[in-house]
Amino acid sequence: MKAITKQKGLAEIERLLEKESSVFLVGCGTCATMCHTGGKDEVLEMARRLVDLGKTITGSVVIPTVCDAQDREAVSENVKAIDEADCILVMACAYGVQTLALYTDKPVYPALDTLFMGQEMSPGVFSEVCVQCGECVLGWTGGICPITACPKGLLNGPCGGAKNGKCEVSSARDCAWEVIYERLSQQGKLDNLRKRRSLRNFSASTQPGVYLLDGKDGDLK
Amino acid sequence: MNLREKLAAGRFVITCEVGPPKGVDVTEMKRSAERVRGKVDAVNVTDQQSSVMRLGSLAGCCLLNQWGMEPVFQITCRDRNRIALQSDLLSAYALGIENVLCLTGDYVTLGDHPQAKPVFDLDSVSLIETARELENGHDLAGKELNGAPRFFVGACVSPEADFIEPQIMKMEKKVEAGAQFFQTQAIYDARKFADFMSMVRHLKVPVLAGIVVLRSAAMGRYMNEKAAGIRVPENLIDEMDKASDKAAKGVEIAVRTITGVKGLCQGVHIIAIGQEKRTSDIIDAAGL
Ligand code: SF4
Ligand code: SF4
Repeated sequence: MKAITKQKGLAEIERLLEKESSVFLVGCGTCATMCHTGGKDEVLEMARRLVDLGKTITGSVVIPTVCDAQDREAVSENVKAIDEADCILVMACAYGVQTLALYTDKPVYPALDTLFMGQEMSPGVFSEVCVQCGECVLGWTGGICPITACPKGLLNGPCGGAKNGKCEVSSARDCAWEVIYERLSQQGKLDNLRKRRSLRNFSASTQPGVYLLDGKDGDLK
Repeated sequence: MNLREKLAAGRFVITCEVGPPKGVDVTEMKRSAERVRGKVDAVNVTDQQSSVMRLGSLAGCCLLNQWGMEPVFQITCRDRNRIALQSDLLSAYALGIENVLCLTGDYVTLGDHPQAKPVFDLDSVSLIETARELENGHDLAGKELNGAPRFFVGACVSPEADFIEPQIMKMEKKVEAGAQFFQTQAIYDARKFADFMSMVRHLKVPVLAGIVVLRSAAMGRYMNEKAAGIRVPENLIDEMDKASDKAAKGVEIAVRTITGVKGLCQGVHIIAIGQEKRTSDIIDAAGL
């Protein structure tokens, strides 16, 4: 699973950096590299564009994974260039932005929009697979997630909006419930769909999600 | 007699639909309702149909009540969480509205506020369950109510959906959850509708066949291409194409469909939005 990201438009980045004249750039070697939004090439390209906008680039680094403690090392290795910069522009997912911010006092700006946790299904085609609902139903839906793949997150079968197998929200996407129906039908498990599912428990996924291994997570929520 | 009593007595019922205005001028809505006064048994009020923001269905039902007509309160899960849905159900009952049609609702991006937050806390099945739960004198949290409502709970089904089996499974769940009547998506083929009715006969629940009046051949083609769960047979599209008086042809086809399904189901739900005069013509011509 990867954090799927999209680069913000240059106009928005320009607005974000309005009051900053020098910038240190951070890219990510994992998800953002796969998405072509914050790998080595994109960081170089961004540096060129920022120079065109009149900014000074004090340095850049592509951290293998920006979303973990590697940031501490990367920050100390680049301490001089970072010190010289007014701010850091992070070309990683929002997890990376927030993690990096833990290790520096410089203002940190996101260059990307984090869209979802997903997979690259085929080159350049990214698809969301799980919205972390906190009460996984894959066990009776044939391994297909209706909470994620059905825009309405329905649990009791199709809404009646599908046309020629496609979802009412986008004719580019299959109706998740028709796919689930076919899968369960192949598996001889249609009985799973006959059972009435009651109300979803949205408190299982309220923000901010906190979980402690000792089971006291409920106290924190 | 109200809708519940008429269906219980085995009367063939007719319902139709009005859409509240975008704004507060209800003159047109009143005119539409007046055209079917005395001809239909109840009038559905749509809940921000197609996710287009407009006057609410609860207010619309209240107005119908004031005008002396029986409303069916369409309520969807699109815009309200379970707290607001339960509250609106209680409000409806307190305002004298008993018929509620529980729907999932269209997705928000289909309407005129595509950036709005979609809710879908409940779905049509759990919304039915919720209405019946309130009747038992407590809310979804198990808290006791000071005075319980009593509803006549309706639901929707698409006899012409892509796959009929999941539709029927869902219909079964709706009945199990407490649905007391069904209004169907538009049907045009009485023979196929007969097959559908034989598949759901075991549910022993009144079904009102959906009749959407054709205005033109183009409308038929458009619905075949875009509208979910609607299939207009080619021969009807041909008929519309050739007819010189399209309005009269649309009425004639609707009457024929009604005649074809009359012995199969417990009523019809006629939808001719903005053309309520034709609803009334159809009712007269079908001898209902
Ligand atoms: S049911 Fe919930 S946890 Fe399971 S895949 Fe779907 S969103 Fe993720
Ligand atoms: S068409 Fe299918 S996937 Fe789309 S909202 Fe309806 S049930 Fe969900």
